[in-house]
Amino acid sequence: METEQRLSPDDIMELHPNFHFRWEEPQRAHVLLYPEGIVKLNDSAAEILEVCAQGDLSIAQGSAVLASRYDHPPIEAEIMQFMELAYAKGWIRPKS
Amino acid sequence: MPKAGSGPSLDGLGMPLWLVIELTYKCPLKCPWCSNPVDFDKYRNEMTTDEWKALLREGRRLGSLQLGFTGGEPTLRNDLDELVADADQLGYYTNLITSGVGLDPERIRSLKRAGLKQVQLSLQSCDSEVSHKLTGLEVWKHKIEIAYALKAEGFPMVLNVPVSRYNIDQTEALIDLAADLGVEYLEFANLQYYNWALVNRAELLPTREQLLRSEAAVARARERLGKRLTIYFVVPDYFDDRPKACMNGWGAIHLTIAPDGTALPCQEARLIKDISFPNVREHKLDWIWRSSPAFTKFRGNDWMKEPCRSCAEKERDFGGCRCQAFLLTGDASNTDPVCRKSPHRHLIDDIVSATAKRREQGIEEPLIMRDRKASVAT
Ligand code: SF4
Ligand code: SF4
Repeated sequence: METEQRLSPDDIMELHPNFHFRWEEPQRAHVLLYPEGIVKLNDSAAEILEVCAQGDLSIAQGSAVLASRYDHPPIEAEIMQFMELAYAKGWIRPKS
Repeated sequence: MPKAGSGPSLDGLGMPLWLVIELTYKCPLKCPWCSNPVDFDKYRNEMTTDEWKALLREGRRLGSLQLGFTGGEPTLRNDLDELVADADQLGYYTNLITSGVGLDPERIRSLKRAGLKQVQLSLQSCDSEVSHKLTGLEVWKHKIEIAYALKAEGFPMVLNVPVSRYNIDQTEALIDLAADLGVEYLEFANLQYYNWALVNRAELLPTREQLLRSEAAVARARERLGKRLTIYFVVPDYFDDRPKACMNGWGAIHLTIAPDGTALPCQEARLIKDISFPNVREHKLDWIWRSSPAFTKFRGNDWMKEPCRSCAEKERDFGGCRCQAFLLTGDASNTDPVCRKSPHRHLIDDIVSATAKRREQGIEEPLIMRDRKASVAT
């Protein structure tokens, strides 16, 4: 089911409404909650979702924002790879 | 019914991430595989609204995140909506596990307003006659109406099909029905043989041929439907060589509270009669989860005997299901007899071949339906 899903840098993505994304203090981590499931995200994954999956910036614009935050920023290819994975898993969808 | 940990292993950092509360054992349906205890009628002392609310707070403090409202039929409790609202405010992701009998469009709207996130609706068949036979009631049409009403209200939905030999040949038709209804998830929960399902095992167990056909139909549908419908297929472990990683391990991430406040590592655990399970009315949840003898008994792997003790796979399946070990071998600390390495595996093979023979000979006995009369008789 989780076949490759290609995205383009110009795509604007948003969280799928069935997925709830939030900080969970006891886990000291961001989590995605959905029917019968929990995914605990590492910090960089959470940050990418926070910036690149809010339905406003394109993936390229989001990548630029992330790049400006760090001396050794995550490279765009890695961000794209994660976004495609998130898309394949149904966590995010193109903003319509 | 939520199934035994079918998902990938998840490190809960020692927290009961999954909290399941059984609001009541009452239910108008009579499913002959019901996961409630066969002696359910003995437990009438249901927790009050305030007791449940206090429990929900304790659960959040321990780190619970996913909350399942189940039963019995949870919608029979008038305070369900109030409890959902409370849980939502506390930060739980709230799931309702229901047969749909207590729902109507008005109640569905009220639950939505209360903050309910997801509904798991059970469906026993794509055909109203089979459904009637299996649940003892004329409920099929109502269930379909409820499925549409839930979708109209925008709930993400899991359609849960308890699979036995009576409906396994409808796999394809059930997939089509789920796609028509527009649900996101379809779960084929091949029955696990505990409690009522164990009582009726000889009648319910499918044959290996049926199972293979059903699996093939699922594989074809996944190809065809892709992301439109996610299909879960819970393998019936009698036909497997390795046990399931039951509940992700005993006391690892799952916590169930029975209607009378008894705390259990899984919904079935009450059947292990030589363990005395603590009650939230008498003990702090924190102590129950972290330190009670019942919850620590099979936590980790120090308790394991051979062949699990020296097995490389013990971190993956935790030695299987304690309830199954107890039911079939009489000792809950034995290796799950489903495992090919278990010295008791022949018990499973004997059951499978005896049932296959019954089918060949066309032997059929009436199902023992779950109801008060049958419960009292146990
Ligand atoms: S399995 Fe059937 S009888 Fe048991 S609680 Fe669920 S709907 Fe009711
Ligand atoms: S022997 Fe025990 S640990 Fe090893 S595979 Fe079997 S059940 Fe799992």
